[in-house]
Amino acid sequence: MSTTRKRVYGYLAEFKSASALYKAAEKVRDAGFRKWDCYTPYPVHGLDAAMGLKRSILPWFVFFGGVTGCATAFALAYSTQVLIYPTVVQAKPTNIFTVPAFFPIMFELTILFSGFTVLFGLLGLIQLPRLNHPLFASKQFHRATDDGFFIAIEARDAKFNPDVTRNMLAEIGGENIELVEEED
Amino acid sequence: MASTSEHAPHTDTGIKLPVLKREKLILNDRSYHWITDRICGIIENRQPFLWWLLFIPSALIALIGVGGGLVHLVSTGVGIWGNTNRVMWGWPIVNFVFWIGIGHAGTLISAILFLTRQNWRTSINRAAEAMTIFAVMCAGIFPAFHVGRVWFAWFLAPIPNANAIWQNFKSPLLWDVFAVSTYFTISLIFWFLGMVPDLATIRDRCKPGLRKILYGIFALGWRGGNRQWSHYEMAYLLLAALSTPLVLSVHSVVSFDFATSVVPGWHTTIFPPYFVAGAIFGGFAMVLTIMVPARFIYGLQDLITMKHIDNMAKIILLTGTIVGYAYLMELFVAFYSGAIYEMDAFKFRIAGPYWWAYACMMSLNVLSPQVFWFKACRENLWVVMIVAMCVNVGMWFERFVIIVTTLARMWLPGDWKTFSPSPQDQMLFVGTIGLFLMLFLLFLRFLPCINIAEVKWAKTESDPHFEDNEAHSDDGAEEIPAYQKELAESKG
Repeated sequence: MSTTRKRVYGYLAEFKSASALYKAAEKVRDAGFRKWDCYTPYPVHGLDAAMGLKRSILPWFVFFGGVTGCATAFALAYSTQVLIYPTVVQAKPTNIFTVPAFFPIMFELTILFSGFTVLFGLLGLIQLPRLNHPLFASKQFHRATDDGFFIAIEARDAKFNPDVTRNMLAEIGGENIELVEEED
Repeated sequence: MASTSEHAPHTDTGIKLPVLKREKLILNDRSYHWITDRICGIIENRQPFLWWLLFIPSALIALIGVGGGLVHLVSTGVGIWGNTNRVMWGWPIVNFVFWIGIGHAGTLISAILFLTRQNWRTSINRAAEAMTIFAVMCAGIFPAFHVGRVWFAWFLAPIPNANAIWQNFKSPLLWDVFAVSTYFTISLIFWFLGMVPDLATIRDRCKPGLRKILYGIFALGWRGGNRQWSHYEMAYLLLAALSTPLVLSVHSVVSFDFATSVVPGWHTTIFPPYFVAGAIFGGFAMVLTIMVPARFIYGLQDLITMKHIDNMAKIILLTGTIVGYAYLMELFVAFYSGAIYEMDAFKFRIAGPYWWAYACMMSLNVLSPQVFWFKACRENLWVVMIVAMCVNVGMWFERFVIIVTTLARMWLPGDWKTFSPSPQDQMLFVGTIGLFLMLFLLFLRFLPCINIAEVKWAKTESDPHFEDNEAHSDDGAEEIPAYQKELAESKG
């Protein structure tokens, strides 16, 4: 059965510059919207505050990733060099006092595990990879990665109202306002 | 009162020193769309003839030198290399240290210049990071095959094996394994994450088809939403903060291979900083070697400006001078230590049968960059290219001097030997140069060679307060720094 039923994703409005977007974002934030986002070709300085976003929690993940890496390296080196397979080389002891010789690898694994935590932590936080998205159906959205500055307000937001939200976007300087729909 | 305090009070004492205007990083006020078009155009359009002219020979050299060279090596045995019982590290480790050093400039540009807010890095960081990755790939070939039986290279990894033998974690050689593999992995993550928004740009410009699907997969579905940018910027900052100590550690660990041994000429504490400075020095020379022609071929003069080249030339001058200081300090310490073996090692380097290698090292690394004291030399691209090539060669000779001349004259005179590389040695090294160029040309062909998002960010009007500043501007020219105001007030 072929259906052409479509679900409304939300409104997409274009703004003429980063400054205009910044001011508009403050107004959308103050209007109390929750499920909305600004789309820009580059990270606009200060937009986090204008949108009311909190500081990213990624550093916490990375801290624990780094601690894990450091502990892994120590466990690996200590268990093999002291517990399982003690060998006297370079006149270095085979007990806990040989730890300074483990520092380089402990450092490297701290960095390695932290790096992987950055990668996977980031992908988790920004919910990527996600190859398809309703916004990609928009005819103008491809300019968000070129020279377009957009705000999209989702229909899922409690404050969303087809007419009121559209008027608000127009009032705060939005142009080319488009109702984005996704196929159900 | 708040409104009045926002504007600087006018001083009428007549002190108006000119304030230097910040040089623009992107010339001719190019629009965002122009930047996208110009950089993506390199990938979307046919490659210039010169690209093929460089690519085909590099690919052939890589195929014969690395492909053929390694097949020959593995099927015959490492005896075909010029390494001897005495000069056991020989040519392969010279090349390893050379290539791994090249990579360091990429990480310096992407991480350290990011942390120090040097915005000029945005035009060159992508290509420099690519260079890092390809250089580390070239570097990795040498120690992997230098172990002798490459199919046992997995013995380097700390995994349980049938012999119940564990790696020696106290050995700098194992530190090296961890340092280099971590460096490669982190550089790759940094490079890839930095590229995701730009891959999305290319995806959005592609017509539906295989290209769009492939770029789309690697772009991960990036949408450029600020909820993504916010985390993304934090991730970028964290990776920069992680890479900064990492890059300093990698060549330090490489230098430990030498410095922790009890060999005259190697056993010095100056090695880690000396190696790191040398790596950055050699790496910047390589960045210039490949970016100056690429900038010309693809018409990127508005993005990679003379300011960028000027800055890189200054860094080469600085690090080259540090390297020169290290060379002289080595000699001084050998003299001041009063250790006869240490002194003899350096006498041999300067006046022994390898005097020409030492002379090349000194003149190419220390003297040639000194021309960059002169602005005219930094502005002449021919001079810049010649010096960069000199440094590339000089840095290779530095590693040759350190490794070969030291090992050729160790403790026992009965061991003394003169090293000469075999044709297979030379073939493999030339092959890696071909491999490096080939990979870099493929990078230029298929990936955005300049960080599109960051270059847009570096434009002055990208600041959301740009229009506010324009509305009540102070023209920039009459800006009076705080200390001058104080000066004026104290006089008045």
